Amino acid sequence: MAEVLVLVDHVDGEVKKVTHELLTAARLIGEASAVVVGAPGTAAKLRDALAAHGAAKVYVAESDDAATQLLTPEVDVLAALVAQASPAAVLVAASASGKEIAGRLAIRIGSGVLVDATEVNADATVGQSIFGGAYNVKAKASKGVPVISVRPGAVEAANAEGAAAEETVAVPAANAASVVTINSREPLAAGDRPELTEASVVVSGGRGVASAENFAVVEALADALGGAVGASRAAVDSGYYPHQFQVGQTGKTVSPQLYIALGISGAIQHRAGMQTSKTIVAVNKDAEAPIFEIADFGVVGDLFKVAPQLTEEVTKRKG
Amino acid sequence: MNIVVLVKQVPDTYSERKLADSDHTLDRESADAVLDEINERAVEEALQLQATHGGEVTVVSVGPDRATDAIRKALSMGADKAVHVSDEALHGSDAIATAKVLAKAVSTIEGVDLVLAGNEATDGRVGAVPAMVAELLGLPALTHARKVEVDGTAVKVERETDEGVLHLSAALPAVISVNEKINEPRYPSFKGIMAAKKKPVTTLTVADLGVDTAELGIAGSWTSVLESAPKPPRSAGQRVEDEGDGGTKVAEYLVGQKLI
Repeated sequence: MAEVLVLVDHVDGEVKKVTHELLTAARLIGEASAVVVGAPGTAAKLRDALAAHGAAKVYVAESDDAATQLLTPEVDVLAALVAQASPAAVLVAASASGKEIAGRLAIRIGSGVLVDATEVNADATVGQSIFGGAYNVKAKASKGVPVISVRPGAVEAANAEGAAAEETVAVPAANAASVVTINSREPLAAGDRPELTEASVVVSGGRGVASAENFAVVEALADALGGAVGASRAAVDSGYYPHQFQVGQTGKTVSPQLYIALGISGAIQHRAGMQTSKTIVAVNKDAEAPIFEIADFGVVGDLFKVAPQLTEEVTKRKG
Repeated sequence: MNIVVLVKQVPDTYSERKLADSDHTLDRESADAVLDEINERAVEEALQLQATHGGEVTVVSVGPDRATDAIRKALSMGADKAVHVSDEALHGSDAIATAKVLAKAVSTIEGVDLVLAGNEATDGRVGAVPAMVAELLGLPALTHARKVEVDGTAVKVERETDEGVLHLSAALPAVISVNEKINEPRYPSFKGIMAAKKKPVTTLTVADLGVDTAELGIAGSWTSVLESAPKPPRSAGQRVEDEGDGGTKVAEYLVGQKLI
């Protein structure tokens, strides 16, 4: 059975959840081979987690440069492994970095790149969800080894025992003219709330929240539900909430189990970022707001009355 | 310092975007076309760097004839000139095919120190075209920049993504993509809009660039779309008026759905 290369996404000596999803998808196509690129000593910390998710092989590409150069070490290592192992496909996470690695790798090896797959099939064709979930597309790479970036959360990770046989590979020497040096890193200040794109509950506020201070109402409900806080573009543009929490076409795309929209009219721009949510609840004063057209449960009313009452009900039921 | 800014005309995210039934490409008639917002920030950054370091700002765009509007917008903000690659053979090109044409187009401009672009277009959301262009040109790619500083022959960038902030450096020439935090783009002034009409726009075909049309379009791209279908629209569910018990009713609904 042909190998499928999976680039391992890791941070602080831990495998990120998306890697387990990639390994699961890889096993549909062939035999999963995990590829670890990082500072010396990285792979040893990751091996058990990779074995538990069905990695038959672990390619270990470690060097000091691999940790201090931006993305090109990953591209160089994967390109060398494609030549060595003739895999059936290469899978990476569709994160900001993963999408770039996939794009560069595909050019390097003369192959098609399939971006942000929401479904990976056994024949290495993929499903994609575009225009904020308005269209479903099926696509394939028509040349070379398919390079596929897979949307985090799209594939359900399954446990499987893998041999995780280690094989050390060299990190090829960098091309000096195109090296980008990482001088230092700062993790983003992570709050107590789950990450917006990973959260199973998202509570978002819009123009109707009317001020930055009032977002406390949105946050209180999110915290009661153990969810993340989002904001519509109108709220972000008005300065009520920071841009990194924007849900919509020019912000994040979220697909939680439950999405609660407070004071959001539901412009197409916003819907593109949340319409694939499993259940949508909307609270808006305006009975004509388009958000009600896609809400599973809508309340026409004042969010400052409805949301605190809901927060209280949720807290009471948890208690 | 000579700067190239890559810009793209995209369907307005406030309009409904559709794919053509015939060949799965964008139905350009269905939506208004605008200069992608992130590109305005890339142009703004180029103009700010030009104000400090001098040189020329050239806008490069690959797209159909009507992309002229997006190019004029960038010129009205203050860019000096533009290169517009327009060719029927480009129709249906995927991201790599497009990146190849962009890289060739950049190569027609002499003495380029910096290539600026938006980090991700709102239509395709591939998020890798600047990195692909860097790969093809053999240049460093400093992507998702929230801050750019040029010092002599070196460039420093603060890259911000969901993965955190990285402080990066590289030698010029380089490719930089910017994110939403980089700046607030200026509005074109009336004077700028008038001046833009007289600025030079060079229109090129792919043959002018020496790109083989066999590598472009639907047939030449290294990926192909097998099928596409609009997702069935969501239908509205229950709706109630708040009569003082709206929050409780939502809670009951969520309990019914086993969500709390």
